[in-house]
Amino acid sequence: MAFINVREKLIQIKIVYYGPGRGGKTTNLEYIYSKYTNRAKTQLVSIKTHGDRTLFFDFLPFDMGKIAGYDTVIQLYTVPGQVKYEATRRLVLKGVDGIVFVADSIKEKEEDNIFSYNNLKENLELYSKDIKNMPLVFQYNKRDLASLGIPLLSVKTLESQLNSELKAPYFEASALKGINVVNTLKKIVVLTMNVLQRELE
Amino acid sequence: MDYRLSPSQYHAIEKIVQEYFSELGLHCVALIDMAGNIVVEFNNGNLRNDIYALAALAAGNFAAVNEMAKIVGEKEFSLFFHKGERESIHFTKIDEYFLLISVFGPETSLGFLRLRANEVIKQIEECMEK
Repeated sequence: MAFINVREKLIQIKIVYYGPGRGGKTTNLEYIYSKYTNRAKTQLVSIKTHGDRTLFFDFLPFDMGKIAGYDTVIQLYTVPGQVKYEATRRLVLKGVDGIVFVADSIKEKEEDNIFSYNNLKENLELYSKDIKNMPLVFQYNKRDLASLGIPLLSVKTLESQLNSELKAPYFEASALKGINVVNTLKKIVVLTMNVLQRELE
Repeated sequence: MDYRLSPSQYHAIEKIVQEYFSELGLHCVALIDMAGNIVVEFNNGNLRNDIYALAALAAGNFAAVNEMAKIVGEKEFSLFFHKGERESIHFTKIDEYFLLISVFGPETSLGFLRLRANEVIKQIEECMEK
């Protein structure tokens, strides 16, 4: 659960970007960082391999200003998407408050998306958290590639494969071009804050 | 990984950490939870907001080192430190929820810091038990 300091009126919330490797999780954070550099409390921290793949996590603290009288710091994390970094993904999920699932719209990534989603469910169970109770937003990324003639999964297919059970909000996005990146962030922040408010009451 | 601290517990812990910070002339001290949230923090102004990144990395680092401990057959490595030319970092586990991170310069003796850190942990544990 989020860290809430009643005396200092401070809330720290942890939001994790989850999804298959090379799906655009880090690109989401890079876009947010470039757009809101003045509001981000620090540099974007990335622990990458030589091949520029996320090794441990990316981290971006983000000052949301005051929400209900509380200074709110959103801490954005990404997990490494590659299958072999399972242990790291679990570590990053510790204490998570909200999740953005970044799915890769490229047709060839169909199985990777499903694998990653199931993996997320299993890893949350390890922390006794049910995905159905977790604030979650789907982001169907790389929609812009359709204009280049690259075969993409239809939104209907993605919805039925990933979101038929949860019926969570989703966005068609292009993290590289910044399309719907901010809307995804806003949505997950609102959902997470709502849950938090209910828990506090 | 839920935990709660009452205002009086929080205040007492803050006081303990502040005394430790000023007595040893530390550059920064942070009590963080295992998810990387900052619970209490004091610094000399040079770190500013990078303390959030430091806390996130420290929690991740600690978890990674714990996994390493398991691989070599240890239950955990409860403390470790990194030595630099001008800044060094000392990490100590308080309990299953909290970590104490101390950033210090060459003017602070590591031996004395370890000794004091142990005392501070005991004091914090007593506060938590209450």
